[in-house]
Amino acid sequence: MSEGFAKKVADTQVWKAIFRHGPPNNARNRAAVVAGNVFLHLHPIKLKKSGVQLGYTWCMGGLTFFVFLSLTVTGVLLMFYYRPTAEYAFTDIIGLREHVPLGIMRELHRWGAHLMVITVWIHMFRVFMTGSYKPPREFNWGVGVILLVLTMLLSFTGYLLPWDQLAIWAITVGSNMAKATPFLGYGGPGAALAKIGDFVMVSDKNDVRFQLLGGRFVGEAALLRFYILHCVFIPLVVAVLIAVHFWRVRKDGGISAPL
Amino acid sequence: MSEEAKTSLNRREFFSFLAVGWITFGAATAGLASLVFRFLYPNVVFEPAMDFIAGFPDDYPDGVDERWKNGFGVWIYKKDGRLVAMSNICTHLGCIPTWLPAESKFKCPCHGSGYYPNGINFEGPAPRPLERYKISRDPEGKIIVDKTKVFRYEKGEWNSTDAFIEV
Repeated sequence: MSEGFAKKVADTQVWKAIFRHGPPNNARNRAAVVAGNVFLHLHPIKLKKSGVQLGYTWCMGGLTFFVFLSLTVTGVLLMFYYRPTAEYAFTDIIGLREHVPLGIMRELHRWGAHLMVITVWIHMFRVFMTGSYKPPREFNWGVGVILLVLTMLLSFTGYLLPWDQLAIWAITVGSNMAKATPFLGYGGPGAALAKIGDFVMVSDKNDVRFQLLGGRFVGEAALLRFYILHCVFIPLVVAVLIAVHFWRVRKDGGISAPL
Repeated sequence: MSEEAKTSLNRREFFSFLAVGWITFGAATAGLASLVFRFLYPNVVFEPAMDFIAGFPDDYPDGVDERWKNGFGVWIYKKDGRLVAMSNICTHLGCIPTWLPAESKFKCPCHGSGYYPNGINFEGPAPRPLERYKISRDPEGKIIVDKTKVFRYEKGEWNSTDAFIEV
């Protein structure tokens, strides 16, 4: 009875319009499932046995991706209640805990952020210990390093958004590192050389720190900038690089097994 | 050779056209990228002015005065006939120390740097004393503080003419 019903559904035009292949009960159709799906096609059609051995990969890359997805979902939900202005940011964060339904949503986002930093580091450690950075996977190691840095930047930019004392002073301290950039930051080596007479070319109103913060100190402009970077710009870059990362895993011989 | 082949591009001409195309495309992209870069530098920032008039020297008692801390980030310090404008930015990592009158010191909440009332560091990780700003008087005798020029103790600049005013 249920088999007959399933067959009936699979025979409808709607089903056939979505799924171009037959049921995945043979090797050819199973390959077609992966190859014919826009999301799954980044994934290899066939895996080596070692690729699904938890003791070998720890699934840390996959877990990082899963956490990234859940951070995207909780992050978008938080955006419905959070306003990135000096007037509202702090009270909106309090409101997310005190009166918005599911007060744990912001904590889920925060815990997920911590977890992603942890899993991405363990993933890198595993890739290093299994020697999976060696040719032909060296390019993907490079992509991975950029993704690691972007994960850190997501953490850093998200840190400012609660707009409390911890956030403001942590970002003040952190962004002061940009001040020490050689030649480009006004406190860095070489900046004092860029001078024409009394005219200082690299100052606190035109160096990289000024560009990052949109001002001389961590103020409302910096809050808005970090919000845009945190919610739009960096996640977009990360999503593109994750696609490249997965694609290259497939093209460079699959997950981490000896070639 | 046919009539058609003479009028159309030959191989060499085609590639030189391609080069012109790529150079144009590259220049346009670079121009656009530099515009985006410039776009991220605001022309107007909504921050307190870098200079301000701070009233008459007689308005200030001896010691540390906090009236310009909020907004302008400046402590006025008057002692031994000299009045100076002190930066309130910790020289360690850029937080704002707190003035503790009972202990007669500045204490930074971030990492615990401590400064004497004159701005000299004496505890915690601060590597050097608080900076001082350019200070002068207008024709009426009012104090003008200009934060665009700083004077550093470790460079021996605290005795420069604009680093203090006699009172």
